[in-house]
Amino acid sequence: MSDLTEMVGDTAPGDTAPGDESIATEGDIARGVWTYVVGLVLAGGLTAVSFLIGPSHLVWAPSIPMALVVLAVAQMGVHLVFFLHINTGPDGTNNVLALAFGILIVFLIMAGSLWIMAHLNHNMTPMSQIMRMQR
Amino acid sequence: MTTAAVADPNHVTAHGHGAPGHGDGGPASKRIVVSYGFWIFLLSDIVMFSAFFASYAVLQGATSGGPSGATIFDRSYVAIETACLLLSSFACGMAGLAAKARNTLMFQLAMAATFVLGAAFVGLELKEFAGLVAKGDGPSRSAFLSGFFALVGCHGVHVTAGLIWLTTMMAQVWAKGFREDIQRRILCFGLFWHALDIIWVAVFTVVYLLGTTPMVTTL
Repeated sequence: MSDLTEMVGDTAPGDTAPGDESIATEGDIARGVWTYVVGLVLAGGLTAVSFLIGPSHLVWAPSIPMALVVLAVAQMGVHLVFFLHINTGPDGTNNVLALAFGILIVFLIMAGSLWIMAHLNHNMTPMSQIMRMQR
Repeated sequence: MTTAAVADPNHVTAHGHGAPGHGDGGPASKRIVVSYGFWIFLLSDIVMFSAFFASYAVLQGATSGGPSGATIFDRSYVAIETACLLLSSFACGMAGLAAKARNTLMFQLAMAATFVLGAAFVGLELKEFAGLVAKGDGPSRSAFLSGFFALVGCHGVHVTAGLIWLTTMMAQVWAKGFREDIQRRILCFGLFWHALDIIWVAVFTVVYLLGTTPMVTTL
């Protein structure tokens, strides 16, 4: 890096390793512990709500399955940010892009399987009718 | 693009380096390359889990006259398992910070706590499986139970492998100290352990909580 003009404004020196956080001083360790404590409290809270939302009868019953899915997605986000340190900072672009691609594939597999199998089930000849045809 | 950069000498000198394809400032450090590669592996592992989740979700209703999830799952039991794994993930984070601070005692203590909590999780899960098999509700009972044992068992195998990896990391730090390569392995182990906790969030939601929630309307 001999070109000084290029150094100006380039405060970000490269990429961040996934799961890594910058630790240089004693204060950084304290900040790191604090990040994990915040993550633990948030994740624990979301878990508690997930487990208690069903039996509590505080929520409109038909909405509970969707609420559970939303709570789970929120908790995964908390884990990613506070435990795996995946964030949208300028140095984490590669990590986030890889994650986005992974989520796309997961979504295709899950939604595709459920959609196709539900249609197959719907269009299948009932078992009683198959028995009658075999006679 | 790379060939154009090589063919144009002005372009190369303008950026102050002659190594096309290595980006500005040369190749990334080994710590970044190793953990990025491991991150790609973890994402592919999550994609594999999504196939298990999809098969479980499809087979959920195929109980073949056997028990359904609502009759065999115990929410408070799963809550204890979840607490074990979440606290284990937190202890693993503390171990990672202790490794960065090069504090051997704190590292070994945090890793030991991670191991105890992870082993408690695996023990609880094995007890649940043994109870189901003893009642005749093993993986061969119905398609639903096959999917259940495959999905939750696959996660349990991952956690067990993680426990073995964890003990080797404790031994490596004890024998070799916080060398650069050991630090990279500790970083990758932390990623692995936290990723397993993320998958467990999906497991307890999809299998245990949705499985014991009466579906008033079809989702």
